[in-house]
Amino acid sequence: MNLWMRMLWALVAVVAAGSSAPANAQTVLRDDRGTIHRFDAPPQRIVSLLPSLTETICALGACSRLVGTDRFSNSPESVRGLPKLGGLEDAQVERIVALRPDVVLAAKSARVIDRLESLGLHVVVVESQTHADVKRTASLLAQLIGAPPEADRLWDAIERDMRRAAARVPVYLRGQRVYFEVSSAPYAAGASSFIGETLARLGMGNVVPPEMGPFPKLNPEYVVRAQPDIVMAPRRDVEAMAKRPGWQTLRALRGRSCGFDTERYELLIRPGPRMGEAALAMADCLASMKEMR
Amino acid sequence: MSVAPASTHVASHDAHDDRTRRRRLVLALMVLAIALSVAGLVVGSQGWSWQAFVSDVSGPQADLIVGQIRAPRTLGALMIGALLGLAGAVAQGLFRNPLADPYLLGSAAGASFAVVLVLAASTLTGHAISLATAALLSRIGIVAAAFAGALVGVLLTLMLARGAQQGVRLLLAGVVVGVVLGAAGDLVTTISPDALRGKQVFMLGSTGFLGWSSVWVLLAGLAIALPITCRLARVLDALSLGDDTAASLGLPLPRIRLALVVLMALCTGLAVSQSGLVAFVGLVAPHLVRRYAPAPHSYTLAASAGMGGVLLLAADVLARGLIAPQELPVGVLTAVLGGGYLLWLLHRRRVG
Repeated sequence: MNLWMRMLWALVAVVAAGSSAPANAQTVLRDDRGTIHRFDAPPQRIVSLLPSLTETICALGACSRLVGTDRFSNSPESVRGLPKLGGLEDAQVERIVALRPDVVLAAKSARVIDRLESLGLHVVVVESQTHADVKRTASLLAQLIGAPPEADRLWDAIERDMRRAAARVPVYLRGQRVYFEVSSAPYAAGASSFIGETLARLGMGNVVPPEMGPFPKLNPEYVVRAQPDIVMAPRRDVEAMAKRPGWQTLRALRGRSCGFDTERYELLIRPGPRMGEAALAMADCLASMKEMR
Repeated sequence: MSVAPASTHVASHDAHDDRTRRRRLVLALMVLAIALSVAGLVVGSQGWSWQAFVSDVSGPQADLIVGQIRAPRTLGALMIGALLGLAGAVAQGLFRNPLADPYLLGSAAGASFAVVLVLAASTLTGHAISLATAALLSRIGIVAAAFAGALVGVLLTLMLARGAQQGVRLLLAGVVVGVVLGAAGDLVTTISPDALRGKQVFMLGSTGFLGWSSVWVLLAGLAIALPITCRLARVLDALSLGDDTAASLGLPLPRIRLALVVLMALCTGLAVSQSGLVAFVGLVAPHLVRRYAPAPHSYTLAASAGMGGVLLLAADVLARGLIAPQELPVGVLTAVLGGGYLLWLLHRRRVG
């Protein structure tokens, strides 16, 4: 082996060592605002101000590094005891600073970002709207905590659950059109939302086409006219649907509806690491529907 | 802000002119109400298409789409607007204040607080309220809760102001009750965030789910409130000359004020229970009427009801049609339509 070859191998070895032992190297990452963050060591004290980010950190195996969350973070069980630091609009700056976090994770719309940054904290802004975003967020956060392979492991688990869920959907329901109501205004989850993406993975259709946007406010008449085969919504809303004018004619309300309790519903509307679990929950409801002739 | 006094006494030289304007306004409102009602039947989730309407009416779903959904929605919007317009005219006459609106005396805050309580009932169980209370609350439903909440809000205001003797005291009490109940509602949503979505729907106002049962309730309310209010109109005329003058005319002011406050609360409570807090209609409808045709209160009250109805229905038709099959929040359009028109009227008057 000549000298050049040897030098090349040495270089490869150094690069490989650098990426597998990031604790020694500087971590550089770009968040969803485009801001570049540099960390000399993987953050050990993390504050998360969004439930799906809390869940992602835990799913990547770094739950013990969380020192505080927003008030809505309630999963997994172990984060319930952490200090609750307010919500998107009213995060408690003083308490967050007092926790001396190495990094704060927040959504784009969080009002607290500028304030925290001016106080010298690292705020990594992440926003997940689609399945692809969830995957991207997972690898970003995995990089942040210094465990890049965890992202693939997490995504594989989500994919596995998605496939299991799809297999559970009865053949006679495949391709049927779902109306997924996210709010009684009514707002629907369209085909381009992450909920719509999950439904598509389950082999289901959607009464709201992608061109209407992820969560459009619909004219209620549209739903009556569309005659969805299946209705999904929070349980309270499903129960109230038959009382809406004209909605008693929805065939889906007779044995083709999924009314989710609050906890289940929360699972469905968070674009995060439990998406696979959410798909399974939807599939379980679909599987409980009997074949109609 | 220069606004016409609540009741402009007709000067002799333009009495004829004013009468013509009043007649013209009534005519215009009637024509608009009919035209917009037709539009309300035609415009749906397919937008403005006449062809789609014809095929709907001749199709198998005619009764469902037009009869059960669009017709009651159209009539309901008209009557909710009328109730709000009427309540707004009463409020502005009663307080001799052009900024008064139907939500002033704690009814809006009371209604939204009650709605939030119902929405949060299941989460609050075991923390703040007992299981039985929670079950009761969720059985009441949002409609009844909003109505009761609006009335309770106004009742609190009346208690705080020790009756309706003093207008200013009443206004102040209303503001305080509004702030306190609003804060209480926010506290509940902080504890139980899943009530937030439902609260937002209520706060924005919506005409989407008005059915025939709503229409009958609203019609009954309007049929009771409108004649009684118009009968009390002369008191508002007297009030516009000041409390002392009104009292010297031998009017039992406290009692009549109380009656007007109660009527206002009933109209407002009924409207918000069916559609949530539709913004601006109650504030702007009386202004539009007075700007165009200054008149004694018997006219202003009835015309404000008409104006409110037309305004809300127009907003509803636009909300359905502009980006069909999606909808805009109807409250946004009432503000744009009513506010825009009022601005134009103010501008024209100053120029002319």
